[in-house]
Amino acid sequence: MKLRTPLAKVRGLGSAKEGTHHWWAIRLTAIALVPLSLWFICSLISMTTLDYLAAIGWLQSPMTSILLILFVLTLFYHAQLGIQVIIEDYIENEALKITGIILLKFVMLFAGLTGIVAILKVFLGL
Amino acid sequence: MAAVNRPLSPHLQIYKPQLTSVLSIIHRGTGVFLTLGALFLSCWLLSIANGPESYTAVQQYILAWYGQIILYAWVYSLYYHLCNGIRHLFWDMGLGLEIKTTYISGYIVVAVSILFTIATWCLVRGGV
Repeated sequence: MKLRTPLAKVRGLGSAKEGTHHWWAIRLTAIALVPLSLWFICSLISMTTLDYLAAIGWLQSPMTSILLILFVLTLFYHAQLGIQVIIEDYIENEALKITGIILLKFVMLFAGLTGIVAILKVFLGL
Repeated sequence: MAAVNRPLSPHLQIYKPQLTSVLSIIHRGTGVFLTLGALFLSCWLLSIANGPESYTAVQQYILAWYGQIILYAWVYSLYYHLCNGIRHLFWDMGLGLEIKTTYISGYIVVAVSILFTIATWCLVRGGV
């Protein structure tokens, strides 16, 4: 193996093939988050009271639930992609980097799903 | 490879802070901070699903002075990340990449995010 030049070694790895996927996904979710996050913040501002019944009533409107689920999905996907880049940029140790990214994906999936199940529970009145 | 004395690019501290670089770092910083906000959003939604007791418990933290500071820091971060994100999307389309334009758009991002945060605070306080 030592006879191979560094260039040959790199060529042997082939192309990344899906190299643009991460780049494209973070931008697509960013575009979706422009209206979704503005809706989210306006929706919260327009709530006159913040008591429990108001929160329940807010989540029981179908449009609120649909938009909120979309918001949570997109938000967590976008955040995961963004934090992944930061981990890749600043953590040099390869093992630590991979562990960090795997942990990040698990935590974000768990937290995002928790939010969505909570929305559905209130919406369906369970 | 260690024997080759390759030139290194200067460390970050060498550079004089510029509006463009500072805004870029803030974009990352607000991104990390907003991720914490996303985690809190899930907790808040879960507290609604868990019933009135847990909801009021979480609500007490939100309405406390430190909760309000964090909440408005999230509001500002969201507006900043949103505005600067739009700036980035224009750059991705190859628009506004001239030095002068990046400075103008940078100042607009800072101004709009501050104004939107103040407007949000006023709307919430005014009870609209």
